[in-house]
Order: sequence, then structure tokens, then C-alpha cells
Amino acid sequence: MKLTRKDFLRVLAGSAVAVGAGTLVHAVGSANDKESAGSTVGKKRWGMAVDLRKCREEKGCDLCSRACHRTHNVPQIPDRAHEVKWLWNERHDKVFPFQQNDYTRQALGETVPILCNHCTNPACVRVCPTQATWKRTDGVVMMDYHRCIGCRYCMAACPYGSRSFNYVDPRPYLGTPNPDFPTRTTGVVEKCNFCEERLADGKQPACVEACPRNAMVFGDLNDGNSPIRQLLSGRYAVQRQPELGCGPSIFYLV
Amino acid sequence: MIMLDKAFTGSGRYWGWIAFLLVLIAVGFACYLRQLEYGLGITGLSRDVSWGIYIAQFTFFVGVAASAVMVVLPYYLHNVQQFARITILGELLAVAAVTMCMLFIFVDMGQPARVLNVLLYPTPHSMMFWDMVSLSGYLVLNLVIAYVMLAAEQKGVPAPHWIKPVIILSIPWAVSIHTVTAFLYNGLPGRPLWFTAILAPRFLASAFASGPALLILLCLALRRLTTFDAGHEAIRRLGVIVAYAMTVNVFFLFLELFTALYSGMPDHAEPFAYLFFGIDGKNGLVPVMWLSVVLALAALLALLVPRFRRNERVLALASLAVFVSLWLEKGMGLIVAGFVPSPLRTVTSYAPTAPEWGIVGGVWAVGALMLTLFYKITVSVREAD
Amino acid sequence: MGDRPLIYAGLFLFVALVTLPVWQGIAAQSSTVGPELKAPAHKKQCVAPRAYMREAHMELLMAWRDGKVRKHERHYTAADGTVYNVSLTGTCLTQCHGSKEKFCDRCHEYAGVSAPNCWGCHTSPPAEPGGVAAVAAGGMR
Ligand code: SF4
Ligand code: SF4
Repeated sequence: MKLTRKDFLRVLAGSAVAVGAGTLVHAVGSANDKESAGSTVGKKRWGMAVDLRKCREEKGCDLCSRACHRTHNVPQIPDRAHEVKWLWNERHDKVFPFQQNDYTRQALGETVPILCNHCTNPACVRVCPTQATWKRTDGVVMMDYHRCIGCRYCMAACPYGSRSFNYVDPRPYLGTPNPDFPTRTTGVVEKCNFCEERLADGKQPACVEACPRNAMVFGDLNDGNSPIRQLLSGRYAVQRQPELGCGPSIFYLV
Repeated sequence: MIMLDKAFTGSGRYWGWIAFLLVLIAVGFACYLRQLEYGLGITGLSRDVSWGIYIAQFTFFVGVAASAVMVVLPYYLHNVQQFARITILGELLAVAAVTMCMLFIFVDMGQPARVLNVLLYPTPHSMMFWDMVSLSGYLVLNLVIAYVMLAAEQKGVPAPHWIKPVIILSIPWAVSIHTVTAFLYNGLPGRPLWFTAILAPRFLASAFASGPALLILLCLALRRLTTFDAGHEAIRRLGVIVAYAMTVNVFFLFLELFTALYSGMPDHAEPFAYLFFGIDGKNGLVPVMWLSVVLALAALLALLVPRFRRNERVLALASLAVFVSLWLEKGMGLIVAGFVPSPLRTVTSYAPTAPEWGIVGGVWAVGALMLTLFYKITVSVREAD
Repeated sequence: MGDRPLIYAGLFLFVALVTLPVWQGIAAQSSTVGPELKAPAHKKQCVAPRAYMREAHMELLMAWRDGKVRKHERHYTAADGTVYNVSLTGTCLTQCHGSKEKFCDRCHEYAGVSAPNCWGCHTSPPAEPGGVAAVAAGGMR
């Protein structure tokens, strides 16, 4: 094949356009903080590993969930349609769909604590039209309840069902609210905040602290020496539906 | 707005219709005030099915709005003279439909007082931002075009030259509004029903069927109620457009069904199973979908056989069937079933509540009122000629 | 000329409607003396000068709000160097002004401003007998 100069230039221009378009699409598609887009050196990525073996042994335990909901004034709404949940137990086969065979389903009938995955490439952040939800450089996916317009686009986008909407005024369902944390108002979306208010004080998340078996290990995934990384390098762990590309920061030790 | 006065003279029937619409609007507004106070808990929405009839109706009417292009394009690019008298009807229909879309988005918001946050914190990586940009642009384009054309007609002068490029611009813009609306849905991980590259083409096909179908009905109504006659030829041509678009739409739906069902991949097949058969006894949408299918097939039969299509009565019935069929499929089924099963594999039923219907009815009435006034003005201007 | 009574009636109605707030005020026997706001006994200085706070407290609160939620700014250094926890309930109310009802509402009601919707989410500290709540540190919000 003979490549004339004209052809060559045409190919060159074509690839330039392709690269440019690619960059553009990528820029539109990626919603992370500018700073966090670069290298991860020196940056934190908070994450959590849950030892499902321990949860299994404490069948039916929900201390983590209760601690979370008490700490963050999450209402207990009896109507399933209007429920608000940050951290709760869900059946294993619903959390890991298509990951069990016909014969293990029974054995894995136990529940799994689930929460927002604080994804590295969060779909919720990508779609939010107001940046009311965004990703911090330390990996926490935050919510700004002052800014949320309640469009619920993030709920459609999150492939893990981590988000709840305040369909009704949550306050009547609170009991005695924790005075150190605000409540929410009707019409905004909420979810787990990885206890960012406690992290700021150097504390561990409330669920981690509440677990008597230390089944939850919290730490910096970018730090090779952190306990969570040690744990993950020693045992087989799975994320929820990693094939969706969100990059969950919650790991389950099976 | 010299022409506005034309909307204030009319027969008793005209005023009766206006009064009826105003009552619907008042009822819708009252329901909305209730929703504002109580929250969206007043609707049938839930944690699992978090978008319902508001967003579905929004999607459907984006299609109606975009369909104006089906009269504008043949007339301005292919010089189809029969459409000369009805392009403006299409553009005015687009204005009313886009307004309805915006209202549907608005009533769906949990914190409507903060709506300006979308502009205060523009977020290009959100498709909702682009949808807002394209919809408002389209509204302005059509308002300008319709007003300028009508004013020229009233004065009996040719339209100014600068309007031509604006009209040409409105053609790709119409395609863009429905493409971006499809992007709202089909860029989401974990919603397999929407995760299909032909969602935008599907939206456009259904738009180009439902919009002209509505336009046929409107033209026939205008002929019966006023002195305005779009002409048999224009209506016949609209019928051909509906026939083609509806065929393509049904073909696309068939492609979706084949891909999902033949591959047998559960998360692609389940939403369709839910739509057409129900899962775990939850089958609220099953009659809706089958009715849509039956209407679509009946309409296709009537539209594809030229002998039937040329009969205006049959054409009117077929157009009605197309409109209702797509309204059920796109204005309800497609959006709701996107949430079934939920990411946590739960099947949750959804049905609009009475106040929700009240609000939807109010928005329709706003659209119908706008359309009535617009068409009244247009017809009066033409009568004066 | 037959329109004259109608015109006068219309004018009267207009004036009556426009001055309605005045009549309402008189009927409600509101005085023109503003509410007395008690300064906290143990503090002399707010996070910003009094005049500024009176005019622009919402701006400060919004800056605190965005700073804390979005920029990780959890502390505020006042002009005199004192460092405060950024917290509406924890600092403004618990440490100085007591409760929403005693402080915010009284002025807002008098001035007829519809209060902002802070209190849809934020809570007023539980009322404690003896006025101002103890300056218990540690209140986060
Ligand atoms: S789990 Fe859902 S809500 Fe949490 S960061 Fe990921 S996409 Fe967002
Ligand atoms: S509901 Fe709130 S957080 Fe979610 S996408 Fe809309 S504005 Fe963003």
C-alpha cells in the first residue's frame, strides 16, 4: 500500500479529531474533583472491609445499622415506600445477584450489611445537575442537603440502591434526635456520609465502633501499610458489581 | 403582542372549553399545593421506583415537541408546499409541549424553590443540565419562529430573511432535545432496560409517530370547529409520516425484545418480563402494555394499507390509536419499568395516586390552554386575510 | 360620568388593600419598639461586630455553611483571633444565644421576615432552665 502525503495528513487529522473527541467525552463523563483526577500519591481513599464470616456468626445482628441511624438522625419510617436507610442488612442473593449458583443460594441466605460504596467513579456524582453530591479528594462521596433540588437523578443512577429520598417530613419518625447532627427536610436525597463528621475529629465511623466483633475495618486504601490493606492482601474480597465500573470502596471478605 | 386580542373573542363553546381547562388547572394547582406541603409522599413513588408518571410524561412530551420538525423539515428543506399552512401549527404545538415538559420536571422536584441551583452551579457532566439547555433553547427558537411568521402573515408581508437560518437551526435542535433526553436514561449503569444505544433512535421514532398523529387530530378538529382547513393533501402526507415512523418504532421495540429475550440475560430480560407478564404477581403494568401493543398493531394495519389510510375517518382513529399506544408505552411503561427490578432485585409496584393524576391533569390543561389560545390567534389572523 | 361611583369605590378598595398591613398592625397593637435581645452574660463579643451581624448574619451563616460542608473549613477565626467551631446549633445557639425561639424568632417575627429554612434540618438546642445553655464544648453542629 502506498501512502501519499495527502493520505498521511488526512489520517493524522482524523486521529487528532478522535483524540480530541475522546478527551472531550472523557471530560464530560468524569465527574471527580479536578485534584483527585491526577495521581493518588499522598491522597487518601477511605474504604471499608466487612468480614462477612463474622457477620454470619452473629446472625441477625444489626448493631452497626442502629448505631449509624441513631448517630445521623435517620428516621424509622414504617411505610416501605418511604423508607430512609444509610446502612442496613440485605439478603446475600440480593446484594450479590448472579454471583451464586443454584446450590449455594440456600447456604448464603444470610444478610449482608450494605451502605453507599463511596465509589471511585460514582454514577450519582456524574449525573447530579447541581453538584449537591460530589466526591471529595479523600474519597468520601458527600451530600450537600442545602443544595439538593430533589430531582432524584442520583437515585436512578446509583446502581446499588444506596440512596433514599425524603418523601415525607422525617422528623416525626425520629424519636429523640441526636442534637449533634442535623436532621433532613422533606424533598432531599440522603445517604451514608462515611461519618465524615467523625473522620474530621479523627474518630472511626460509628458503625465500625459499634461492632462488637470488629467485623468492619475502616482505613486508607491508598496506604499500603494500613490495616485495611493488610487485610485485603491476606483474604479473598469482593466488591458489589465491580463490572459496572463505579469502583466501590467497600469490600466484603467472604 | 399585537395579536393577543384575538384570543379574547370567541363563541360560547370556545369560552366553555377555556373554563373547563381553567378548572382542571385549578384542581391541579390545589393538588400541587398539597404536594408542596406534604412532600412527594403524596404520590405513588417509592424508594425503589423513584420516578413515575411526571418524568414519564415529560419524556413523552419531549417527543411531541420534537415532532414539529416533521412538518418544518419537509416544508423548508424539500419545499413540500402542502405543509405551508400547518408548519406554524407544528411550531406552536412544540411551544406548548416544551412548556409542559418543563412543568412536569418542576412538579417532580422535591425542592422546587431551589430550581435555580441548576443555573447557579452549571454542571456540564450532568445530562440534566444539557437537557435544560436544549429544551429552553428549543422553546425560544419555536416562540421566535412562530411569532415572526404569524406577524408577517398578518401584515401580509414576506417573513424577514434572517428567520430562515433560525428555522433551519430548529431542525437539528429538535433532534437534539430528544437525543439528550434519551441520554438522561441510557447512560446509567444498573438500569438495564434503558441501557441501549437505540434508545435515542427509539425516542425519535416514537416522537415522529405520536407528534404528527396528534397534529392530524388537531387539524381535523380545527376543520370541524373553525374555518381553518389544513387541506386533505397535508393530512394525507402527515398520515404517511405517521405510518413510517410507527413502523420504525415497532421495529425498534422488536429489536429490543429480541436482544433482551433471546440472549436470556436476566437483568435485560426481567424488565420486559415485568412489563408484559408481571413478576411475582406484581402485574400492574401488564394491561397497560398489552393495550399499547394491540393499539400499535391495529394502527399499523390501518396506516400501512393505503386504502384505509386515505379514508380520513380511519386515519383519525389510527392516529388516536398511535397516540394512546405510545403514550402508554413511553409515558408510563418505559420509565417505570426501568426501576424494576430495583438494584437490590426487588419488584415494587407503582401506580399514580389521585393527587398525582390531578397534577398531571393540570399540566395537560396548561398545555391544552396554550394550544387553544395559539391556534385561536392563528386561525383569527388567517380569517382576517 | 355614570362611572364615578365605580371609580371611587375602586380607588377606595385600592387604598384599603395597599394600606392593609398598617391596619393589621394597629389591630394587632404591635408597638414600634423592637424586641429586647439579651446579650449572653458571659460573652461580650460575637464572632463578628454587632452591626455586621445585625445586617449580614445570613451571609456569614451561608459562608460557614458552604465552607464547612463543601470545603472542609471547620473552624472560623474571628477578627480578634478567637477560633470558633463552625456550627449553627453548637456554637451560635448552644454557646451564646440559647434557642431559636428566644433569639432568631423574636427578631424575625418583629421584622416580618420569613425565617430562612435552616430549622427544617438544624435543631435548636434543648431548652435548659436558667437561660443560656452551658458552654459545653464538643457540640459539633
Ligand atoms: S454507591 Fe451509589 S450513592 Fe454511593 S457513591 Fe456509589 S453510585 Fe454514589
Ligand atoms: S436529588 Fe439532589 S443530589 Fe440527587 S441528583 Fe438531584 S440535586 Fe443531585
